[in-house]
Amino acid sequence: MIRTEEMILNVGPQHPSTHGVFRLVVKIDGEIIVEATPVIGYLHRGTEKIAENLQYTQIIPYTDRMDYLSSMTNNYVLCHAVETMMGIEVPERADFLRVIAMELNRIASHLVAWGTYILDLGATSPFIYAFRDREMIINMLNELTGARLTFNYMRVGGVKWDAPEGWIEKVRDFVPYMRGQLAGFHDLVSGNEIFLDRVKGVGKYTKEEAIQYSLSGPNLRSTGVKWDLRKDEPYSIYDRFDFDVPTSEDGDCLARYHLRLAEIAESLKILEQAVEQFPAEGAILAKVPKIIKAPKGEAFVRIESPRGEIGCYIASDGKKEPYRLKFRRPSFYNLQILPKLLKGENIANMIAILGAVDIVLGEVDG
Amino acid sequence: MSGEKDLEQLKKEAVAKAKAAAAAKRAAKAAGEAPSKPAEPAKDEAPASAASETPVEKTVPPTEAPATAPANDADDLAKKKAAAVAKAKAAAAAKRKAMELAGATAPSESSPAEETVGAGANEAPAASSDADDLAKKKAAAVAKAKAAAAAKRKAMELGGTPEAAGDDAPSGDDAKAKAAAAAKAKAVAAAKAKAAAAAKAKAAGMADADAAAGGDDEKAKAIAAAKAKAKAAAAAKAKAAAGGKAETAAPAAEEKPSVNQPFLDKYLKVIEENMGSDVLEDSYINKLSKDVPTLVAKRETYFKLAQFLKYNELLGFDYLSELHGSDFETHMEIYVHLFSYKNRQSVALKVKIDRDEPIIESLQPLWAGAEWPECEAYDLLGIKFTGHPDLRRILLGEDWVGYPLRKDYEPYDVEV
Repeated sequence: MIRTEEMILNVGPQHPSTHGVFRLVVKIDGEIIVEATPVIGYLHRGTEKIAENLQYTQIIPYTDRMDYLSSMTNNYVLCHAVETMMGIEVPERADFLRVIAMELNRIASHLVAWGTYILDLGATSPFIYAFRDREMIINMLNELTGARLTFNYMRVGGVKWDAPEGWIEKVRDFVPYMRGQLAGFHDLVSGNEIFLDRVKGVGKYTKEEAIQYSLSGPNLRSTGVKWDLRKDEPYSIYDRFDFDVPTSEDGDCLARYHLRLAEIAESLKILEQAVEQFPAEGAILAKVPKIIKAPKGEAFVRIESPRGEIGCYIASDGKKEPYRLKFRRPSFYNLQILPKLLKGENIANMIAILGAVDIVLGEVDG
Repeated sequence: MSGEKDLEQLKKEAVAKAKAAAAAKRAAKAAGEAPSKPAEPAKDEAPASAASETPVEKTVPPTEAPATAPANDADDLAKKKAAAVAKAKAAAAAKRKAMELAGATAPSESSPAEETVGAGANEAPAASSDADDLAKKKAAAVAKAKAAAAAKRKAMELGGTPEAAGDDAPSGDDAKAKAAAAAKAKAVAAAKAKAAAAAKAKAAGMADADAAAGGDDEKAKAIAAAKAKAKAAAAAKAKAAAGGKAETAAPAAEEKPSVNQPFLDKYLKVIEENMGSDVLEDSYINKLSKDVPTLVAKRETYFKLAQFLKYNELLGFDYLSELHGSDFETHMEIYVHLFSYKNRQSVALKVKIDRDEPIIESLQPLWAGAEWPECEAYDLLGIKFTGHPDLRRILLGEDWVGYPLRKDYEPYDVEV
């Protein structure tokens, strides 16, 4: 009989497949994981503390750096919270620009998730394809905002910049292009037998577990919960668009993989309609006071980011800075289930499971 | 072992030092800020409100600074601050003098809206005849600020009454904000008119000596007339905004209870039927937060209530969307946002806990998703959760000194 001994394996914090500075201390018995302890906080910058000394508009650039793959939704959740408290009506054109920017950003974010996930599993070329198409989105958003990742685009009451000439047409032309690419992605990876072996039935959890662990986004929908805040608690102008909320009943890594690609297709639907209905003219910023002061009280709003439910809590004492600002960061909540998922798994599945959660460490650490 | 102890000791000393320095800083700040505020150039922001804020905020007596600061550098800092204070005081005194000179005009301006330009012109020579140019300029600035403050107060009074009657609807706030903005515009117009009138009066006084002043006189007159017109329009607007809006806002809010009111009523009914009437400290619809029904639990009933919210069949809040703590200086607060996938309804659960001994039951046994957020609250605020399986400093690490999100946090650095 073979006698095995438990061993501690340290993964990260500097490891490409941890998608940032994330450390995982794994206790293994042979090839089986006995216990996994996530260690986080390497990227904690104290955004919430800093924000207590900043005016609302000054906080926006800080939100860019939380989920740096989807800065637009971060921008939006803060502005949305302040607007909700102050009762500000956002002009229609600004709403359209926001939705287009957010959906483009969502596609870009899912492309990174897709490309890096396949890369984690050992295939290099899909990553290059994903980043090529993401680059097109980044270039478009660069034209709109002047930045590639940290956009600082939204303001309380609207957006900072209007669309440059011909930009809306560019987005319109991008939609069919991306649809073609998406079909190509499926051809390239989705049917690959090696890939399927690695992800099918791996990292499985049930609907009850997902809800119990406060998961959100594709991680939750992969278990069959049809819940998308864009659809179910519509904010901005999402109620004007016709799109589906893809779900799956499987709850495994493959389901999450498919959901992200399906969400790209839904975002393309929204983009198509938004570009079509885009108002020819109008203000891009509501009439807001020069110094924004949220009324005394508190508010918590949540919206759908590519990674799940991103929320913003503001407690205000009527001054121009928030008294307390708190972000509900989806990656932070989504990561909690990891020790449970890894327990008893084969060590080779560790990266597959972690990658499917799709975390951004800037967001985990806040 | 001893080395560790030394480190502990060092840490403690450093913390004490930092705290003392901070106390001195605060005290010096308190001493410095009160007189320096009025000395700032008068802006459209009402100085009256700024002055009324300072004594409430800063309660630390200035004598505490040398008493609690053993560190030399803290002393130096206090000295520097004291010098600044003296400077500011001198400036303030100078200003006051100027104000006294202009005193004849300023106190009579309780209602600039009703004042005519003529009246302003009549008063202006009183100031201009016995004051030099500088004093005049200062007086104008003071008058402007005073007018702004008065107008703001008036607008607040007009807009504030219905709000005080228990209406915290966003529409009410809106009305108030609008009224304030309008009143501000009005005040600016009034002040400008006044300045123009003063200029005119001055020009008139010099007219016999200087022939060229005649042209200025004409110009000033025209300006004054234009400003008066603008002022009248602004006044009418402000009145309409303050009066009309406030009146319409109050009944509208009364007529339309929140769409979530039935849900809150339902929760309250179910809770009272099953847990008695002595569970909640407060319950309301939070209109600032998308009308979310909000329950404020009593400290003792917090866990039981959370349990009930989760397991009761009618409520079924199976999803914990958010949990965090806040330091409100008088107390700590836990804010929990729960959601029911079955009923598609949200509820906010809050509980106030003692700030000096922040201990509360963990919700981790109910919602596994509360584990890390509670660690975060422990890490950043020092709130201890009993019954939590693995309460640790999740973001900062175990060797971090202090709890950063507390309002009295002082950063600790071994190097300093």
